Amino acid sequence: MLEIENLTAEIDGKTILNGLTLTVPAGEVHAIMGPNGAGKSTLSYVLGGRPGYEVTGGSVRFDGPNGDCDLLDMEPHERAAAGLFLGFQYPVEIPGVSNVQFLREALNSQRKARGEEPLTGGEFLKLAKEKSALLKLDPEMLKRHVNVGFSGGEKKRAEMVQMGILDPKFAVLDETDSGLDIDALRVVGEGINSIMRSPDKAVLLITHYQRLLEVVKPDKVSILSQGRIVQTGGPELAVRLEEEGYDAVMAA
Amino acid sequence: MSEDIDIQDREAREAAEKAAEYEHGWSSDIETEFAEKGLNEDTVRFISAKKGEPEWMLDWRLKAFRLWQEMEEPNWAKLGYPEIDYQDAYYYAAPKKKVELDSLDDLDPEIKRVYDKLGIPLGEQEVLAGVKGAKKVAVDAVFDSVSVATSFREELKRAGVIFLSISEAIREYPDLVKKWLGKVVPQHDNYFATLNSAVFSDGTFVYVPEGVRCPMELSTYFRINAENTGQFERTLIVAEKGSYVSYLEGCTAPMRDENQLHAAVVELVAMEDAEIKYSTVQNWYPGNSEGVGGIYNFVTKRALCQGARSKVSWTQVETGSAVTWKYPSCVLNGEDSVGEFYSVAVTNNHQQADTGTKMIHNGKGSRSTIISKGISAGKSDNTYRGMVRVAANADGVRNRTECDSLLIGDQCGAHTVPYIEVKNPTAQIEHEATTSKISDDQLFYAMQRGLDDEEAMALIVNGFAKEVLKELPMEFAVEAQKLLAISLEGSVG
Repeated sequence: MLEIENLTAEIDGKTILNGLTLTVPAGEVHAIMGPNGAGKSTLSYVLGGRPGYEVTGGSVRFDGPNGDCDLLDMEPHERAAAGLFLGFQYPVEIPGVSNVQFLREALNSQRKARGEEPLTGGEFLKLAKEKSALLKLDPEMLKRHVNVGFSGGEKKRAEMVQMGILDPKFAVLDETDSGLDIDALRVVGEGINSIMRSPDKAVLLITHYQRLLEVVKPDKVSILSQGRIVQTGGPELAVRLEEEGYDAVMAA
Repeated sequence: MSEDIDIQDREAREAAEKAAEYEHGWSSDIETEFAEKGLNEDTVRFISAKKGEPEWMLDWRLKAFRLWQEMEEPNWAKLGYPEIDYQDAYYYAAPKKKVELDSLDDLDPEIKRVYDKLGIPLGEQEVLAGVKGAKKVAVDAVFDSVSVATSFREELKRAGVIFLSISEAIREYPDLVKKWLGKVVPQHDNYFATLNSAVFSDGTFVYVPEGVRCPMELSTYFRINAENTGQFERTLIVAEKGSYVSYLEGCTAPMRDENQLHAAVVELVAMEDAEIKYSTVQNWYPGNSEGVGGIYNFVTKRALCQGARSKVSWTQVETGSAVTWKYPSCVLNGEDSVGEFYSVAVTNNHQQADTGTKMIHNGKGSRSTIISKGISAGKSDNTYRGMVRVAANADGVRNRTECDSLLIGDQCGAHTVPYIEVKNPTAQIEHEATTSKISDDQLFYAMQRGLDDEEAMALIVNGFAKEVLKELPMEFAVEAQKLLAISLEGSVG
């Protein structure tokens, strides 16, 4: 579904991704782990098309709704409409704009781009309530402004409600587990399973810790270090990392 | 003279036909009759005669004109524009065929088409189409300075509400007009108001008698439709004891190559326990992206909260005009009277806006709220200028002012100029001001969810302006949101 080939990218002239190659087929959850500064967040922003992150080489192919496409050639909103979702490590506040308004506009823009009919207000609210229930988020929160005054845990849950509503084909989740207590971690993890575990979907799960991977069981685990994938294995790699640390595992 | 006029008329139309870029940049073929270019006593007499005014009205105009000749154009605002040649403008243009209509169904199809293009809100479209059960909004259409259609007059009449063009009111209710005209904004008030007093072309008169709640929102659409025609609208709204009225004013104008002068005056009077809600969406041609063309908008709007517990709310969404000079104000004479000012002013490209309010607290216990949201993009300048004054014997006054500025790009300016004069120690005055930029984080976040750059910008800007937009009547709010988005097109990236 996603094929990253020898990708290099820089910010302000500084190389962050340095020949990254990674393939994530449909039906797979692929965890990315790595030490601080390895380029994990940069990878997610580059996939999302964030301005300021300059791709200097390589390619990213994506199996969108209209078949295989060059992800790097698309605008951020086109990537979203093609089915790419980014779960932000630090979800952004938009004062004055309710979650309902934000997500309905976003969803209908995506649908329009895909040639689908827009959802009516009623249809949308039904969908939004369903997905908030899944993440055990008080539906009243949807009336509040996007991420404004949300606690860290609420932001992450709201982020997953957004994912549920937008129903992407491919999700890149950047440290979605950070800032969550144990109960919330379970709710969020189960939410990810319920929304994304499907033969025609895939997830790139960026995390520091094994505990999320106990709920969202990865098919593969890769270590990202200094801008490239240095090691790939099964779920047991994450367990080893947790026990031994990056230095020991990478030195082995 | 008539041959000249025909030539001018044709030139005007040809110029108008060039209109292309601006969404509302079209012109219609309704015949226009001009007063000759320039301004002198004869112009004033011509206007007064054209409108069949009584002697007292002509005298009032002439007095204003003589005052105006002694006055100088103010220059304290943070605005720069070429000197206006007042002798090089037309001061009167009216549709040639004035027909009294029984209903809006009989409206000239050309005018109907113009309204369609203006995108009049659905509710009013239904009303225009005569749909039964449509939410009633009375539309007093000010088309090129003269009212050509008035709807729902009968229903309003049953309620006792008078809603007429000011010209009609001068003829039909001379005593009422005489009693209040110039009482809130005197003839000598300021340069532009005095000019308006001399040459006002038309406008609206609303009178709501004691204890009457006006049964519908009153709505006027202004259009400037003749090249070089200064627009001098005059609006007077009087709300007697215990009455209520909500008035909507919306404006668009066709594209022009030459700057157009507009100097309107709006006077509101609220007696004891009366409430007036005055909402404006202003979308006059702002000039092209280089700043050429565009309307000069010098407006004097003031409300007299005369009675105890009277209340006036000004809500404005200002997206248009090359130059905006406008300070809707409240003189709070009544005890416990309330003044509110909610404003969104957007400037893009080379637009300049110097706008704000004055809250003059003379009454004990009077309260005011000012919420101003300025949005600047391109190379524009956006200034909030506001005054809060508390008189010595006005005990227990409260004011809260919130001025927020949003900058888009790095070539625009936002300025806040508050004047606070407090002569009574019991007053509580709060002033907050913030300036922020739209962050790349916000834009990318919204785009990652599926919005394109302009949709993302519109969403964030509408969120910023929310506190003001929610004060607008529903249909207007929808229109205003679209306008904010249109005004900021091309300002991303």
